[in-house]
Order: sequence, then structure tokens, then C-alpha cells
Amino acid sequence: MTIQEKSTSVVNEFSMFDDWMDKYAYLIELGKDLPVINTEYKTNNHLISGCQSRVWLHAEEVDGKIIFTADSDAVITKGIVSLLIRVLSGHRANEILEADFNFLEKIGLQEHLSPTRANGLASMIKQIQLYAKAFQLKSKQKE
Amino acid sequence: MDYPINQIRNDFPILSEKVYGKPLVYFDNGATTQKPRQVIDRVIKYYYTENSNVHRGAHQLSNLATQAFEEARNYIARFIHAASPKEIIFTRGTTESVNLVCTGIQHLIHAGDEVVVTAMEHHSNLVPWQQMCEKQGAVFRVIPVTGRGELDLPEAEKILSNRVKILAVTHISNVLGTINPIKKLVEMAHRHHIPVLVDGAQAIAHIHVDVQELDCEFYAFSAHKAYGPMGVGVLYGKSSWLEKLSPYQYGGEMIDRVTFEKTTFNSLPYKFEAGTPNVADVLGMETALRYIGNLGIDSIQRHEDALLELATHELSAIPDVRIIGQSPYKTAVLSFVVDGIHPYDLGTLLDQMGIAVRTGNHCAQPLVEFLGLTGTVRASFGFYNTPEEVAMFIQSLKKAVLMLK
Repeated sequence: MTIQEKSTSVVNEFSMFDDWMDKYAYLIELGKDLPVINTEYKTNNHLISGCQSRVWLHAEEVDGKIIFTADSDAVITKGIVSLLIRVLSGHRANEILEADFNFLEKIGLQEHLSPTRANGLASMIKQIQLYAKAFQLKSKQKE
Repeated sequence: MDYPINQIRNDFPILSEKVYGKPLVYFDNGATTQKPRQVIDRVIKYYYTENSNVHRGAHQLSNLATQAFEEARNYIARFIHAASPKEIIFTRGTTESVNLVCTGIQHLIHAGDEVVVTAMEHHSNLVPWQQMCEKQGAVFRVIPVTGRGELDLPEAEKILSNRVKILAVTHISNVLGTINPIKKLVEMAHRHHIPVLVDGAQAIAHIHVDVQELDCEFYAFSAHKAYGPMGVGVLYGKSSWLEKLSPYQYGGEMIDRVTFEKTTFNSLPYKFEAGTPNVADVLGMETALRYIGNLGIDSIQRHEDALLELATHELSAIPDVRIIGQSPYKTAVLSFVVDGIHPYDLGTLLDQMGIAVRTGNHCAQPLVEFLGLTGTVRASFGFYNTPEEVAMFIQSLKKAVLMLK
């Protein structure tokens, strides 16, 4: 699936819940299901600043595709990260850099988050884009 | 007389607001309290009918504004039992009050001198002192906190000596709710001639404050945590000590006479009130404190203690809940964690259910770290909160815990 297709399916899943408590319950489930990050990446180097809870994000390139893994000590945050990973992980750097992140707005997530949490979300997105940019530069240097 | 809870709640328009379609339960009074219509009306009335600059004009409006402004100072002096209204300095709030003393006393602190704070200070009563020590080459020392969340008085006894030039301590911890034994600490400090600054931000709206009885040299508080406007507060200082401090800011009201060669400064309290003061909000603050005065601080404390006791009792019955701050001398603040659940997750779900609490380190990072935590959930009560709200909070918390476990 393309990033766009995956975004659409996330938006559709969330549109099934009318009540925000149910959306949170779903985010919590997603958070609990997020595969555990390798503990060697749970270091300060992988911490994203700007989050009230701690978020670790790791990226590696496999066959030209970027694989993201992450963790957080807060489970709702983990759920949000897992959405980002589900949509963006396994794609090429240029695809990620061109991606539209408006699926988060469509879920209503962004407007629903407290300013501190929204800042944290913005930091996560920025970090994902930075990784993509770094891998893009690296592959250009190789060429 | 019964506590007039319905009448009080009717005075606070915001309490009937809804969040996400649910009735608001406002338990973040430690961060800021809501304002009664009397306070809002007082600020509006000033701009509608009284606005003019104080202490300057030779006209009727200015005289009225000056009178109202100085009457506010008189009332606030009586409210905290200051010896004289000239000991009441208007500031932007607690943080500015602390910074004013910290800057003003700097010339009396030299390399090798010691400055003492406690491990339960809000950053506002810690960072200014720490920074000043760095500048002056003074030693910054900290009175530790016990596991129960009280100041370690035997350690305090050891730390306080003739080398110490000031002790800065909070009246009530904004994280733990502990009411510190200020009188005892002041006595200990005075044996070594140490002046004491008390951060009263969390105390002024909750317990009786009598600065002469406490015998502290300085007492700082904000209006906005006491049902008054934001951006205004008070520094109380004993005249003898205020005289010793150098001015904090220069210009306007604080000037006596200026020539190009030399400037002399106005007398107390104006020496510390540079520029045009925030008259409207000072009047709003006076109205807020009068509101507290009319209700009676003792009956407020009884009401809030009952809420704290009820909430503590109900919380303790929830599995894996740990109450942070176990002192028997507590009021209005209830911090806790649920083992295995991040405070931020609880805060998010509680918010969704209409319960406003605070999560995180509450601007007291060293304390939270000392307690071995990354943060807590804090419910803090005001005089308008009810047992029914506590019940809603407990019910919502149980639901949140169930979802997150």
C-alpha cells in the first residue's frame, strides 16, 4: 500500500468511533500492540525533545526503505507513534518527505490534543522527516 | 452557619461551562483559580468609571484612582497582618516578588556566603537564588525532604549557620501539599540572624497568613491563585529589610528627585514600584481577598480539608495508587501516581471526561526527581469544589485506570 492508501485506511478506522473515549481506547490498544523497540535504541540519543512523556524513535534503512521503530513510557503517546509508524515505515525517503500528514487532522487528533501534546506530535513528525532527509542525503552521496 | 457552597458556585460563571459536552470539574486550582464575577466586575468598573494614572494628576479622577489603589494596599496589609501598608509592594506575582528580593539583596551577598532553599521549592523560588549564587560566588544549599514529604528539620538545623545570608522556603508545597512549619524555621533562622523569604503562592487562599506571627522578613504571593486577576501579586517585606534592598527597577513612580548627576529614590513602598502600576488588577486582587475574608479563611480551610480527606480516602482504595506527600499537615493539594501508568495518560483521559487536573513535574523538577518519579497527577482544590466533584473525579479515574491497565 502507498502512504496515501494507508492514511485513508487509518482515517476510516477512526471514523467508526463517534465518542472520543472510544478513539482513545483504540489508541491505547494500538499503543499496547506496538512492537517493542530494541532496548539498545532506548537512549537519550533517540529521545525526541518537546514531549511531556518520553518518546524514543529509531530509523534504519533496509533495501532503500526506511524502517521506523519507537517506544514511549506513555501508552496514548505510543498509540499515536504507532499510527505514524504504520503509515510511514517501510517507504522510501522521498515518499516520506512528500507525504501529507493531514490524516492526523482528519482523525481530529491534532485539534484534540492539548498544546503540549500537539507540540510533541509536531516534534515526532519533524524527527521522522529529519531521518528521511538524512537517508536521502546519504543515498545521494553514494550515487 | 452552613458553608454557602451554592452561592459561591453561582458567583463563578466559568464553573457552569462544559468541556467536550461534559460538566467541568476544575481541580487545577494550584495552577490558577477561577475568578468570581465580583472580581471581574471590579476590574471592568475601574476602566468604565475610574481609569486615570495614580499619584500624579491634580484632578478628581486621579485622586479617586489613587484613593482606591491605596485603600487596596491598606486592605491587603490588614489581610496578611502586616505592621504597615508601606510594607506591601505590588508586583506581577510571586515570581517577580522573589526576583525583587533576590536582586535587591545581592549586594549583601559575597563570595563564600551561603544561600539556603529547600528541596520542595517551585522553580520560581529556586532558580533566582541559584543564579544569584553563581554570580556572587556564594554557596547554594538545599534543605532535604523526607520520604513522607516533609522538610528534614534536623538537617535544616545543621545547614543554618552564621554563613547563611538568606533562607527561601515555601509555605505550602505545590506538589505535596505539605504545610511547612514556617514559624519554627524562622525561629531557627533568626538564631543566626538569617532573614527568611516565604513563598506563599499556594497558601494565601487556603490557610490563615499572619506575617507578624510568622515573623518572616518577606512573604510573596500572586493574586491569580487566590481568585484574583493574573499578572499581579504582592511582596510583603519588613520595612527595616525593604530599606536595605537596592531598587529592582528604575523609573517612574519610584523616583524622588532626578538630576543628570544623581537620582534619589522614593520612600517605601514606592521605591519598588517603578512605572505605572497595574491599578485595575490590584483592585481586582483586593476584591478577591475581600471575598476570601468574607467567607472566612477558617471555614474555607475546613471545607477544603474535608475534600482532601474524602479524596485521599477514596484514592487509597484504588489498587496501585500511591499518594505522593504523606504529611499529616497538608491542605488542598493531592498528588498521586498509579503504578504502571504514565501520569500523562491519566491526565489525557481525565480531561476527556471533563476533569481538569495537572500532570507532570509541576515546575519542581528537583523534587520530582528526588522522589524517583517522572511526574505525578495533581488534583488541587478551591473553595468552590464539592464532594460530588470528588466523586466524579474518582469515578472517572477508575474508568481511566481500567482502560490503561
